[in-house]
Amino acid sequence: MNRPVTGTRARSVRAIVVRAALLTLLALAATFALDPFRNYQLAVIAATFCATAGLTLLVGLTGQLSLGHAVLMAAGGYGYVLVAGPAGDAGLPGPARFALGLAGALAASGAVGVLLGLAGARLRGPYLAGLTLALVIALPAAATQIPGLGKDQGLSVPFEAVPGPLTGVMVVEQWHAWIAIVVAAVAVTPLVVLRSGRAGLRMRAVHGDEVAARLAGVSPARVKVGAFVASSLSAGLGGAVLAVVTQNVSPGRYSLAFSLLLVVAVVVGGLGSVGGAAAGAALVVLLPWVVETVASGLPADVAQRLSGNLAVAVFGALLVAVTVAWPGGLAAATAGPRARLAGRLPRARPRPADPSSGPSSDPSHDLRPEPRPITER
Amino acid sequence: MDRLVLLVSTGVARGLVIALFALSLVIIWRAARIVNFAQAAMAVVAVYVAFAVEAATGSYVLAVLAALVTGALLGAWVERGLMRRVSGRTPLPGMIVAIGLVMVLQSVLGILFGPKHRPMTPVFAETPLSVGGVPVLSRYDLFVLVVALVVVAGLGLLFNRSTLGLQLRASATAPEVSRLLGVRVPRMVTIGWMLSCAVAALAVLLLVPTELGLNAHSADVLFVHAFTVAVLGGLDSPVGALLGGVVVGVIVSLVTGYASAGLAPLAVLALLTVVLLVRPGGIFAPKEARTA
Repeated sequence: MNRPVTGTRARSVRAIVVRAALLTLLALAATFALDPFRNYQLAVIAATFCATAGLTLLVGLTGQLSLGHAVLMAAGGYGYVLVAGPAGDAGLPGPARFALGLAGALAASGAVGVLLGLAGARLRGPYLAGLTLALVIALPAAATQIPGLGKDQGLSVPFEAVPGPLTGVMVVEQWHAWIAIVVAAVAVTPLVVLRSGRAGLRMRAVHGDEVAARLAGVSPARVKVGAFVASSLSAGLGGAVLAVVTQNVSPGRYSLAFSLLLVVAVVVGGLGSVGGAAAGAALVVLLPWVVETVASGLPADVAQRLSGNLAVAVFGALLVAVTVAWPGGLAAATAGPRARLAGRLPRARPRPADPSSGPSSDPSHDLRPEPRPITER
Repeated sequence: MDRLVLLVSTGVARGLVIALFALSLVIIWRAARIVNFAQAAMAVVAVYVAFAVEAATGSYVLAVLAALVTGALLGAWVERGLMRRVSGRTPLPGMIVAIGLVMVLQSVLGILFGPKHRPMTPVFAETPLSVGGVPVLSRYDLFVLVVALVVVAGLGLLFNRSTLGLQLRASATAPEVSRLLGVRVPRMVTIGWMLSCAVAALAVLLLVPTELGLNAHSADVLFVHAFTVAVLGGLDSPVGALLGGVVVGVIVSLVTGYASAGLAPLAVLALLTVVLLVRPGGIFAPKEARTA
């Protein structure tokens, strides 16, 4: 992600929004080139991207490792269903029901996020990871024990049909992909704005040195809770979209394995990089499918054993290899080529030629993406 | 009343297994400042080896030895091969590597052995013994109790009474100073990992006969319980791990016995949350140094 290093805050926010809008339009246009199944996959990727973008912000910028982001997605999914279901029964039309459902998703995931954030502000490293791990493991039990959550089978989600004017143009999978892409844009753009601004600086400061941050007047607890809430709201929207696309919310979908896949996505993509989170989301959705496709050509008993396991093994190996060998992930690995590419493109407005030769006191200096090892963030 | 006695005593026996596993987490934490999320998966690998050894030789003692040795070797390999290569300045990379390792080990076990549970017959009968007409513990639970207590006592002796223990503790608390005084700190870290993984393998080996059987995921819940215990007691405190293990074991046993098995994970989560919110560093944690 190349963000403008000059100009006022308003200009940089505008640039982010414009870029997000362009990318969204591009993705929407791309859905016309895909068949229904690819569009379904694209929708799932967009939903996963909501969660990974939040997670990459949380882990990369504040150093809080959450193994429970699947639970936040689940909270979003259940929040959506619990509001959209009754709203649909009451006869509300599609858009209003959908908007209410999203509000429900935000409320549910926000509530869980505040609680986890409060815990996270008090806990360091392994304690938070362990608490979120326990949360994921307890989710199926919670879904079974809490009345109204539909036990193991989960709840079915009101169907979002293609709206009237578009029925001749697209099938339902493409419409769902559109929903997913737009919601992902709405969920992720604020995160990018947040990251590029003062809040992002504060998060880095708290991660870098909590004592120094406190001496500089930054409240670590507030920053950590804020980061957790922002991250969970985005994950909740992702959960709501996933619920709409798959038309079902059940605890089995949000297992520990899925939570770990989200971690894989952000680590492989590069911690702290939103573009990396998108690439990671695509990877964790598509790779299992590729592996299944390849394995289906094998004899039945072998295929059955490989089913599910092979992809997880590949992901685990990727996670270890990336952390040991390329700590910056995809974002760092592609930073050089991308910078060279950006250098060749014509500039729309003047920028300092080389940030290192610019004044070092420039606060926006720190806003540049720095593909450093995660340990140094 | 009889039921209560049975549940509490079974809970204590289960709790000691949890405590053993928690102790293994504490050992690694003290030696390397890493919570090894791969502990359960590594221990399960060691138990698969023990299983094979028992099937081949029919000897439970050899199986236990195989589990201990495999656990120790795995620990050494993971520490030398992986953990040493990532930066130790923040806990994050170590945790991520451990998580990746869990995924690799569990899926490879799943590919090799399939999803079904392999039953393991306990060496002693599981029917409860009666004391004065009240059913208390099975022979196997008694065996678990004794083994766990012996191991805990042995570890206590090792850490507090031997030169090796002194070196282990010194390199954990003050690595720089210890190095200056001639302690081989990297070797101590490796030994810590070996000890810890051997203990974890033993804990899982003791656990498996009381559960459904051996499977790639059969130690997952144990890990969550043990982590809860380690947090309850503070990751730095072996005594805390021991007491916490018994407490969690009894709570799980009581909740399962009186309410339902489905509520047990929620009870553990609630306990974990309450303790973390009230004492973020654990009940037995030393007071944190002032930071600002």
